[in-house]
Formats: sequence, C-alpha cells, structure tokens
Amino acid sequence: MFKVTIDGVQTEVEPGTSILQAARKIGGHHVPPAMCYYSKLKGSGGKCRVCLVRVAAGSEKDPRPMPKLVASCVTPVQDGMVVENLLSQEVLEARRGVVEFLLLNHPLDCPICDQAGECHLQDLGFEHGREGTRYQEGRRTFKPIDIGPYIKLHMTRCILCYRCTMVADQLTPNRVHGIMWRGEVSEISTYIENSIDNEFSGNMIDVCPVGALTDNTFRFKSRVWFTKPFDAHRECPTCSGKVVLWNHGNEIYRVTGRKDTYGELEEFICNTCRFEKKEMGDWVIEGPRTINRHSVIGQNHYDAPYQGLLKPGNKRSLMAAKTEEVQN
Amino acid sequence: MQLTNRSKKVDTHALQGMEKTYLPGILKGMAITFKHMFKKVPTIRYPEVKKPFSSVWRGVHILKRDENGAERCTACGLCALACPAEAITMEAAERKPNEVGLYREEKYAAKYEINMLRCIFCGLCEEACPKEAIFLSNSIASANYDRGTFIYGKDKLVEPVTPPSEHVNVFEEGYRKQWMKLKK
Repeated sequence: MFKVTIDGVQTEVEPGTSILQAARKIGGHHVPPAMCYYSKLKGSGGKCRVCLVRVAAGSEKDPRPMPKLVASCVTPVQDGMVVENLLSQEVLEARRGVVEFLLLNHPLDCPICDQAGECHLQDLGFEHGREGTRYQEGRRTFKPIDIGPYIKLHMTRCILCYRCTMVADQLTPNRVHGIMWRGEVSEISTYIENSIDNEFSGNMIDVCPVGALTDNTFRFKSRVWFTKPFDAHRECPTCSGKVVLWNHGNEIYRVTGRKDTYGELEEFICNTCRFEKKEMGDWVIEGPRTINRHSVIGQNHYDAPYQGLLKPGNKRSLMAAKTEEVQN
Repeated sequence: MQLTNRSKKVDTHALQGMEKTYLPGILKGMAITFKHMFKKVPTIRYPEVKKPFSSVWRGVHILKRDENGAERCTACGLCALACPAEAITMEAAERKPNEVGLYREEKYAAKYEINMLRCIFCGLCEEACPKEAIFLSNSIASANYDRGTFIYGKDKLVEPVTPPSEHVNVFEEGYRKQWMKLKK
C-alpha cells in the first residue's frame, strides 16, 4: 500500500491508483474536478486538464517536486507522494486558465440548454471561471442534429472530452460514431449520418459533461430544477433497471441513470428503460432521490423528513421511524 | 409620560351666557369649513388624471422584444425559480426554421403566465432574467371583478410590435435612441 498526502490529508491506496482516485477516496472539497475522466470508461482522462494538481514531493525515495503540474486522473501515485490541490495557488490559477480555454468555444446559452442545472461545466465555471470572457473571435457553431431517434447532438456545446465515443466503444458492439477531423475543428460525428440505435447508446447522454448530447424525448420540456427526482427500478432483461425518474406531478418527463457524487453513472441503463418506459405503472418507486442541497435541483425538493423531527424523544420521530419500518 | 407638547386638555367647563345658544361654536366650525374651500385639493380624479410614477416604480410586467422585433424570452425558467410568490409558469417550445424572426433564441416560451393575484411586484424576475426579456413597467394591473382575468398570458404581457418611440414605457431611453439610429 502506498501512502499519499493530498492537501495535508493522508491516505493509503493500492499501487497503480491515480491521484484523482486517491483524492476521491478521501472525498470532500479537495477532490480535483474532472471533465473528461470517467472511472467506468477505460482510457478516459488526460484530455481536459481541469484536474491539474501540484506534486510537492514525488515519492519517499525521491522527494523532489514534479517540475510541472500534472493531470491527476492519469498520474499514478507513488509511495510518500505529497499532492497539493486547493492549497496551491498555482493550481487554482492554472485551473482558472483551463476553464477559460474550455469556454472559448462553448456558447453562453445555459438559458436554452437542457443540461443547465446539472452541467459540470456550469459548476466548474461557477467555481473557477472568471466573470467575463476575454475572447473576441467568433465561437464555432453547428446546427443541432439528431443521431438516432432519441439523441440530439449539438456540437456547438461539445468540449471534446471523448467520453461518448468511449461509451460507444466499450458498451455497444458496433461503434458508428467518433471524432472526425483534428485539433480545433474536430467534431463528434456519426458514420455518414448513420443513426445510433444500440441498446446502450442512450448512456452517452448521461456521460456527456455538458449539453452536447441531450435526450430528444425531454428536449425543452422542462427545466431540470422544476422536475422532481425519484429513485425507481423495474425488471429489465437487458440492464439493472435502476434509474432516476424526473417527474412533474405524476408525469415522467425524463429517465436517467443514477449518478454518484462525482456525476458518474452507478450503472449503465438500456434505451428501453431510458426512452420508452414513461408510464408510472412501469416503475416501482423507491423514494425521493437525495440531491445535494447546494444544487439548484434541490430547490423545493425534500428527500428526508426535517432533521429536527428525528431527535430522540421527539414523538414524531417515533412515527417517522415506524413509517420507515412499515415501508421496509 | 409626555411625548410632545401638542396634547390638548379637553375643555369640559359648563357652558355660560352666549355659549348656551351654541352659536359661537357653530360659527367657529363653519369658518373652518369655509377655509378649506380655498385649500389645495390633495386628491386627483384618478382615471382621467394620472400621477407620474417614480422612475423605479415596479408595475405590470412586460416581455420585451429585441431590436428586430423578436421575442427575447427563451423560457429558461429563472424568473419562475426566483419568484418568491411562485406566480410565474411557462412552457417552452422549439423554434421552427421559419420562425427565426419571431423568436430570438432556439427555444421560446410557448406559454408564459403570471398570476397577478400572487405577484408581489418585487422585481426579482427582472433581476433573474439573463436575456433582459422581462421588465416591470410603469403601469398598474387593472382592477377587475373576475379572478380569472388576473392570470396574464402572453397576449397581455408581450410587448406589442410598434416602434419603441410610441411606447408608454419610457424607462429605456437608450433603447429608443438606438431604434432611432437604426431607422436612419
């Protein structure tokens, strides 16, 4: 086991773990953000440079600091490594720069975009970005296109993280889309406008950190924060069937997979669950989904009884416990 | 406890002589009434005469159009989110290729309703709007006997397509100048 210190917090991890994974093991504020890295997709990471950290001491044997900031998602830890993330001004400065670069070609159309409210780039820009843009040239624009009947691709918003192509590569047998061209002009495209109709292709919507790939069945239907998320499941022959329903009253507006703290899907779900099961009768509701209270989705969303009711000796806490018992 | 010097002792002495005829009291009262006939009237005859509003007055909402006459609102829902009275509801729709002149953005509000009975005219929607689409104008929501008429839809809220020089709302002086420039 290797000992690593991240922002002064020590932990022990297996050899071969990346710095980012080690930081996630500690958790909390000091986990570097990640736009392209996805722990469930092989080969992801190293592209967006948002997770840059400073290695203050390389290892116990060679405690010299690494000369440049490193991408924490692809750099494996070494024994006795000392990493600085939020404690280093250099890292914060670099991250601010990276966010500015990511936003060069990203349109400021959050009011239109369906991803707004659960967009990683929005969060990142809010935390690390500057208030205005210094970019004067025109942004590149594309027309939104349908790839398959259910997925809308709006290349204008793409930050080229390659996650969706990895989904196509690793989850579906026949890959029909990828990145065309190179450098600044590169874009996601399908093989001569081929539609994507693999059973797991819908996961690229959840995997997309921005609003480049969005659900066509949910397009402009509601803002994310006006829908109420519920954990639900169903018997599905192809996938686990564990999903989050985004409801408006009794109407299911959208079905997505369950995302963890870092915005990664816990389990990939199939297209049937995602796009075709939109009746309440199709699902077994488990209860309201826990949403970070700092998230805009948490507005008017109550996932637990008020904490004060749960104090011991409180009559209503007994009642709550009893209802829970009955439910279980 | 005495707070001011303006308190007057109630005079309860028994009426004497002329006072018993009540005439001095009546004349005194009538003199006061007569004096008021020459005083300035503090009220106005409202529907015909209107008082000027303060420049920061928050009246009925207006959904603005841009310089080309396209609706600015993109149905982002931030006004509804900011609204403490939950008075605003909307439904979005996607703009069709032949509607480019009608709506500024790819998405627009197909339905936009403000419940004027719920609205507290706080102006938070105006502050939340990222597209400078909603403003609180300087007119009042008109009174009515029917509660249903207080739910203002797009027909009442969207700014009419007229040159801004004819607008009742003159709070956007710069906007008007810009229009005049465009006209030239």
